[in-house]
Amino acid sequence: MTSRPSRLKYFTSGIILENPLLVLMIGLCPALATTATARDGFGMGIAASFVLIASNVVVSLLRRFVPSSIRIPIFIIIISSFVTIVDYVLQAYQPGLYAVLGIFIPLIVVNCMILGRAEAFAYHHGVWDSILDALGKSLGFTLALGLMGTIREFFSAGTVFGAVVTPAAFREAPVLFMIFSPGAFLLIGILKAIVNRLTLPKEKMEQ
Amino acid sequence: MKLNPAQIFIGALLINNVLLFRFLGLCPFFGVSNAVGTATGMSGAVVFVMLLASLVTWALYNLVLAPLGLVFLRTAVFILVIASLVQFVEMYLKKYMRTLYSSLGIYLPLITTNCAILGVTFLSIDYRFSLLDSTIFAIGSGLGFGLVIILFAAIRERLNDAPISRSFRGYPIAFIAASLVSLAFYGFAGLFGISL
Repeated sequence: MTSRPSRLKYFTSGIILENPLLVLMIGLCPALATTATARDGFGMGIAASFVLIASNVVVSLLRRFVPSSIRIPIFIIIISSFVTIVDYVLQAYQPGLYAVLGIFIPLIVVNCMILGRAEAFAYHHGVWDSILDALGKSLGFTLALGLMGTIREFFSAGTVFGAVVTPAAFREAPVLFMIFSPGAFLLIGILKAIVNRLTLPKEKMEQ
Repeated sequence: MKLNPAQIFIGALLINNVLLFRFLGLCPFFGVSNAVGTATGMSGAVVFVMLLASLVTWALYNLVLAPLGLVFLRTAVFILVIASLVQFVEMYLKKYMRTLYSSLGIYLPLITTNCAILGVTFLSIDYRFSLLDSTIFAIGSGLGFGLVIILFAAIRERLNDAPISRSFRGYPIAFIAASLVSLAFYGFAGLFGISL
């Protein structure tokens, strides 16, 4: 079908150029709600990644048997099965993380990124290409969420993954603002502005 | 702590606002908040569907899934029920209520993937609300969504004419404006003894 270099592009494009969160602005709700600490951010990213990779594989395997008129309900059933698996596995083995992520675990089912990849990519491509695409997109999403979680934890508690990285004076009066919702909105605004700054020269040529 | 219906309503409307504090429904929040007109249409549709979805999923969960021990099917059942409900509502409005359809119609398909709807139904279940409480919670949350999105659309209309540096135009400045709106809503915390 396609040559090797372009296949690798399925993987790499999701990490930076088509980063689901910071470039395409998809999956905003979990990105703001579950990134109070680095652990929460990476945890949410990994949970969503599992669902994305697994559902992309299944959709791709079943793509010849799924009639196009009822494909969306079928995709939703496939995705929600994997979401339920993640929901129960986390509840059993990571109760602390589960308590923090709360309803955002079941809400992975309406994450536009996952249905979007099933519809736009996995339904038209082979299994290996779909895995590459899902790996790239989920890595981009996880890194973006982890980055937000790390920055917010650094400012609001002075730690990264619970490890102390700032002087005691900072931890006595940290920037608590960053752990609350205004801080989340502010941080993603600044990150998006940085991404715009880096990608802007290209757009300038077009205008 | 058991909350009375008034506390549930005010809590959902202002203090634990779906958009600003629960972070539910952010895609339409940034997607359709460019003009006050579209924001109003979207919030009307959200209040309507949120109320219907809450009633239907409450009944399904408490009368069907819980007695049969099928609670693990919650996620799959709720999303399918809400998706089909939205389809039926759209068809019904198209046939019998043309005026309402022309104002809400185009927003209805977008609502299926609005995580505020699904999120509110999950929260009602998690809080073990009664039917009355979950109805009030749904109306409060829907109106809270509308209040914030309309307020925010008015702010964004002003932002369009403001001199903003190129990197901050569009999404970034909208996020920063949302940050300030969210900070302002912190003023409501503790109203009627309801905490965040």
